[in-house]
Amino acid sequence: MKRILFTQSKPPHGSINAQEGLDAILMGSAFAECAVLFQGDGLYQLLKHQQPDDLGTKNFAATFGALADYGVDQIFCTREDLLDRQLDTEELVIPMTTIRQDTICEFISTFDLVLDF
Amino acid sequence: MKFAIVVQGAPYSHQASLSALHFARAVLATGHEIYRVFFYNDGIYNANDLIVSPQDETDIRVEWLSLVEKYDIELITCVASSLRRGLLNETEADRYAKRGANLNTAFEISGLGQLIDAGLTADRTVTFAA
Repeated sequence: MKRILFTQSKPPHGSINAQEGLDAILMGSAFAECAVLFQGDGLYQLLKHQQPDDLGTKNFAATFGALADYGVDQIFCTREDLLDRQLDTEELVIPMTTIRQDTICEFISTFDLVLDF
Repeated sequence: MKFAIVVQGAPYSHQASLSALHFARAVLATGHEIYRVFFYNDGIYNANDLIVSPQDETDIRVEWLSLVEKYDIELITCVASSLRRGLLNETEADRYAKRGANLNTAFEISGLGQLIDAGLTADRTVTFAA
């Protein structure tokens, strides 16, 4: 089976990229083995206790919690991206596997398809 | 080689669509194949048939049309992305009781599964994002 890597790289509510990226992940899970790499400010998509109601945008962070039900349980970020933002995996809505930034190229190259949002 | 192209940038706002067009022409001119061009996010605006291009600028609408006429490639816009941005074909305009359709005839509206299928079928997937 082919393996797809989705990279979520944008913060959650300034643009629709994160939300449409999540839609693509859910669709991808119907076709192939999928993994997700949260990169840079994309990590903020996973923060607990988001309250975007006042912004008039949808609170889709909870949907990330359903990824496992779709068979998407390979979730990654780099240790460096967490440190840069002073985030701890405990503050995020789903468990993550942390990898080192200097292994990222090798990591990405193991996938058949990479879609960036 | 078989290519899938993903366009995520709106025409005139970002370079993404023109770069995608240039890339598509280069792919086809060198004997390769384009399996599908998928328009997602603001990329769907490329399919707006009501675009009026300034006279001294590239007419993006005509560019996509001529590419399809010459090479018969598939241009697909994501239905969810299209509907929330007001890009409709006749079927969707009827379904949602809107006063008109505005989809360029070179394009079709379809589901996000077409993106995944394209990525899994093509040898290479190249994304042009904003």
